[in-house]
Amino acid sequence: MKKKGAEILVDALIKEGVDVLFGYPGGQAIPIFDALYDAKELSVVLVRHEQAAAHAADGYARATGKVGVCIATSGPGATNLITGIANAYLDSIPMVAITGQVSTPYLGTDAFQEADMVGISRPVTKHNFLVKDIRELPAILKQAFYIARTGRPGPVLVDLPQDVSRAVLDDYEYPQEISMRSYKPTIVGHPRQIQKAAELIKTAERPMIYAGGGVITSGAHEELFELATKLNAPVTLTLMGLGAFPGEHELFMGMPGMHGSKTANLAFQEADLIISVGARFDDRVTGHVGSFAPKAKIIHLDIDPAAISKIVRVDIPVVGDAKNVLAALNKLVAPREPSEWNETIRKWKDGKLFSYKQSDKVIKPQYVIEQLYNLTKDSDALIATEVGQHQMWTAQYYRFARPRTFLSSGGLGTMGFGLPAAMGASLGLGRRTVVDVAGDGSIQMNIQELATIAINRIPVKVVILNNEYLGMVRQWQEMFWNKRYSSTCLRGGTLCDECKGPGHCKIAYVPDFVKLAESYSIPGFRATKPSDVADTLRQGLEIEGPALMEFAVANEENVFPMVPAGKPLDQVMEEL
Amino acid sequence: MNTRTISVLVENHSGTLSRISGLFASRGYNISSLTVGETEDQSISRMTIVVEGDDAIIEQVVKQLNKLIDVIKVIDFEGSPVIEREFILVRVDSTKSSRHEIVELADLFGAKVAYVGASSITFELCAPCDIINDFIVLIKPYGVKELIRTGKVAMAQARK
Ligand SMILES: Cc1ncc(C[n+]2csc(CCOP(=O)(O)OP(=O)(O)O)c2C)c(N)n1
Ligand SMILES: [Mg+2]
Repeated sequence: MKKKGAEILVDALIKEGVDVLFGYPGGQAIPIFDALYDAKELSVVLVRHEQAAAHAADGYARATGKVGVCIATSGPGATNLITGIANAYLDSIPMVAITGQVSTPYLGTDAFQEADMVGISRPVTKHNFLVKDIRELPAILKQAFYIARTGRPGPVLVDLPQDVSRAVLDDYEYPQEISMRSYKPTIVGHPRQIQKAAELIKTAERPMIYAGGGVITSGAHEELFELATKLNAPVTLTLMGLGAFPGEHELFMGMPGMHGSKTANLAFQEADLIISVGARFDDRVTGHVGSFAPKAKIIHLDIDPAAISKIVRVDIPVVGDAKNVLAALNKLVAPREPSEWNETIRKWKDGKLFSYKQSDKVIKPQYVIEQLYNLTKDSDALIATEVGQHQMWTAQYYRFARPRTFLSSGGLGTMGFGLPAAMGASLGLGRRTVVDVAGDGSIQMNIQELATIAINRIPVKVVILNNEYLGMVRQWQEMFWNKRYSSTCLRGGTLCDECKGPGHCKIAYVPDFVKLAESYSIPGFRATKPSDVADTLRQGLEIEGPALMEFAVANEENVFPMVPAGKPLDQVMEEL
Repeated sequence: MNTRTISVLVENHSGTLSRISGLFASRGYNISSLTVGETEDQSISRMTIVVEGDDAIIEQVVKQLNKLIDVIKVIDFEGSPVIEREFILVRVDSTKSSRHEIVELADLFGAKVAYVGASSITFELCAPCDIINDFIVLIKPYGVKELIRTGKVAMAQARK
């Protein structure tokens, strides 16, 4: 079949099952958008900033498990994607980013809006391609999707020069099959390693399960549940893993690490066996690596051989897909009766994983999350977050029950992720309600997407926990930098003279989020008293379409417990 | 410094070399030498990389290389018999009186005279790296004007 480059791209997108994509046009991308104009099978969402296109594709992928797609023009459009691509890379999210590029004769000449995208994106993509010849295009697109979604997933960038997108291929056919000699991800775990793991499990007295995003990627939550309940092994889930095991289950210990539950952290230090599934021993989880899990043998299941023994020496590595390996393992392990170990965990947990001091005068941010949980737990709504204290409180107090219901930037910690990710997720799931729990700082990083949300009537509910600070950084300054709040007060500016702290400030908070929402024709609500919290949430959630709810929360609330960076996990601070 | 020789078979594309060197640079691994060239199959290039680092670092290097999409195979030669060679060109000062002595020394190493100038001789030598190192040590006192090493290439002695 005779087709132009841009038409080949559109055909490939449809054949790969893409139904929504996120983009922003420009000179070198006009041929691509022109071809998209006629494509009835997929809808193109015009974002207001390319970074948001990448995050939206990322949110779409996290929510649906499909490959997210974003498209930008060359130069500044393409470089604007980079943060979003890096974010997807660190969280192993399948994504294909298409960038327009200057025509091939101009490559390398510093032409107008030329940026070396293959060079710039190399360290933050799983792989990338520059298409120099239209004859290569069909195979490259096939490979791009294949690489993005298989093995340890990740973003793939395809840089498409304008002349290639306009060139014509006479005998176009989209490849059916794909086989790459240089890329063959391991899916099935080695039977002998699985056998060894099962034997070690048999001898363990204090086993625990430490699971991460890999369980969600591979859809292994049922197998994980079976293993945990069969062994009566307590479970901790990383930020990326939340939802992979029911948050209200008695075996659940919450998130581990820096702001994890004391129960999970103590369990690491006392366990004699850690079964790690699709998690990567991030420094925010292990604390001081040398003192991590001193009494434990470690079984590490991961699809990425390079993740094994990268941070922590493991005793039994098993490389393979989590679902596959866990299913095989479940067949080999015998049920284990609850023991003293389970009793110890129950005592540590003492009925709750996290706690805070309630107030009847000022809204506690944790309370907003608890109320949000109560009001949405029986619905099918998803929760996204930005980055900061509000993100940690959401991870602590919202007890996620199902996989792919929590969308949060784990590895890169990108402020500005939540709002576009929420809109991508919502569209991926046929306009599902998605709540973006935001800080007042983060929400301003991609606030322009309120326009995209409003115009497309996407049911994104923005919940802003307004503490008037870049709270997470302020917390570190309070705890470790003598309370010197350098550049973290969002009221502060060159007009400030002597600062007497929050509550004494005469400078008005900018912006007025409720008015701002209204200017985007999104209904806005504000709560300033604890007694208003539930009602305000109810109003925002019940209204059809998007809404914004602002909560004036305690300014200097801190996230606890906290294990300071680089300290052993049993050195938990529970208050100041 | 502990070094290890690994061989990497890669897709013969433009850009592959930058992926490999980028990996070393961004993860802070040190390369002592890197050579690259085509193989019996024109679509595959083979790199021989001499890496500095302890066992844990080498293990990560091998895994991270394997993770690159363009890498077809990584061969770690540790513990297996290999044929290894390096090639050098070296230009040494020579006077009428020292010429004979220098040529005699070179001869002991199997180095060949590549060019004779009025005040210098250029040798070529292809040999295992430790022999090359010894040759350089002994020839140095005569005054080395210019020295080029290609870096090591290595091949397992026989297929398993
Ligand atoms: C793009 C980006 N810039 C800077 C940071 C560093 N940082 C981490 S948390 C944080 C404060 C976030 O403030 P806010 O969104 O108000 O959330 P809060 O902590 O107050 O809940 C900052 C600046 C980051 N994570 N991302
Ligand atoms: Mg804040």
